[in-house]
Amino acid sequence: MAKPAELASTKELIEKYIRRNGVPSIWCPGCGIGTVVGSMLRAIDHLRLRQEDVVIVTGIGCSGLIYNYLRFDGFHGTHGRALAIATGIKAANPRLHVVVPMGDGDCAAIGGNHFIHAARRNIDLTAIVINNQIYGMTGGQSSPTTVQQSRTSTAPRGHLERPFDVCELAKGAGATYIARGVTSNPIQLADLLERAMAHKGFSVVEVLSQCPVQAGRRAGRSEPWEMLQWLKGVTVSAKRGTDDVSLGKFITGELLKEDAPEWTEEYDKLIAIAGGRS
Amino acid sequence: MTSSMPVLIEIDFDWCKACGICVNICPRKVLAEASDGSPEIIDARRCTRCLLCELICPDFAIRVGREK
Repeated sequence: MAKPAELASTKELIEKYIRRNGVPSIWCPGCGIGTVVGSMLRAIDHLRLRQEDVVIVTGIGCSGLIYNYLRFDGFHGTHGRALAIATGIKAANPRLHVVVPMGDGDCAAIGGNHFIHAARRNIDLTAIVINNQIYGMTGGQSSPTTVQQSRTSTAPRGHLERPFDVCELAKGAGATYIARGVTSNPIQLADLLERAMAHKGFSVVEVLSQCPVQAGRRAGRSEPWEMLQWLKGVTVSAKRGTDDVSLGKFITGELLKEDAPEWTEEYDKLIAIAGGRS
Repeated sequence: MTSSMPVLIEIDFDWCKACGICVNICPRKVLAEASDGSPEIIDARRCTRCLLCELICPDFAIRVGREK
């Protein structure tokens, strides 16, 4: 893992990657999305990816706005369809690094089908699932990752349903790199994102993040700092062993890494067999 | 560990949203919350350049001077 001082400074990130005329962002004070963006940019920088080789594709929701603040080519797509658009971009030009930040609703509800099929294909994309366990932009409704009993605008007496475990879902669907980070640890997060982007195949990094306004307020944690304390408390690093799973904690770190045939490479082989691209 | 030279910490108040994260996450209590909630540097000599505030700030608003 890179030491903090080896990661790009904020000054460097601003000079290289941020559209300054868009900042400050639309996100609420203390929203975790900005921290994820910072770690993502530091991962891209540490990997020394060329700016013109990186494409950022987003969907709809608070996370959908990520693309708007960055100096990369990209696409701000439709709700849940970021991975479908990213698949098209990657298939057309496999040389590109296609990074797809999504929210939990965007990825696991509206785009659930695209998510499992991108994983099944093992196409070389990096999905970043920013999981704040709520639909923030539309008013704090329960999402597929809302934990049971938490209060939301659609579940004022506590959420009834069981949540998806995004990492387990990705595993079941066939993703070949899976990790979980948390916004309270941006150094680990940058490292996981770097590993995910370097991986050949479909990579997923779930990031537990805070929405102080829509989720925190109803949980009695409206201060961003209280949300971060809470996230620290409900997570445990995989390096410390996984005994805490039974206590209902989220394991952070690298959860799965395996080699499997990657879709665009297999497609190229098929095209060669069929006589080349016309 | 207290370095003799204060570390240069810059805060961009045009970008800062006064969320309070940097103030509370600093292990050395270098920052305090001003009356409007924005961070205020109270003792830059206590800073160990752990960079946590800079790396976690969601708004790219706090920058810690690196070692020369």
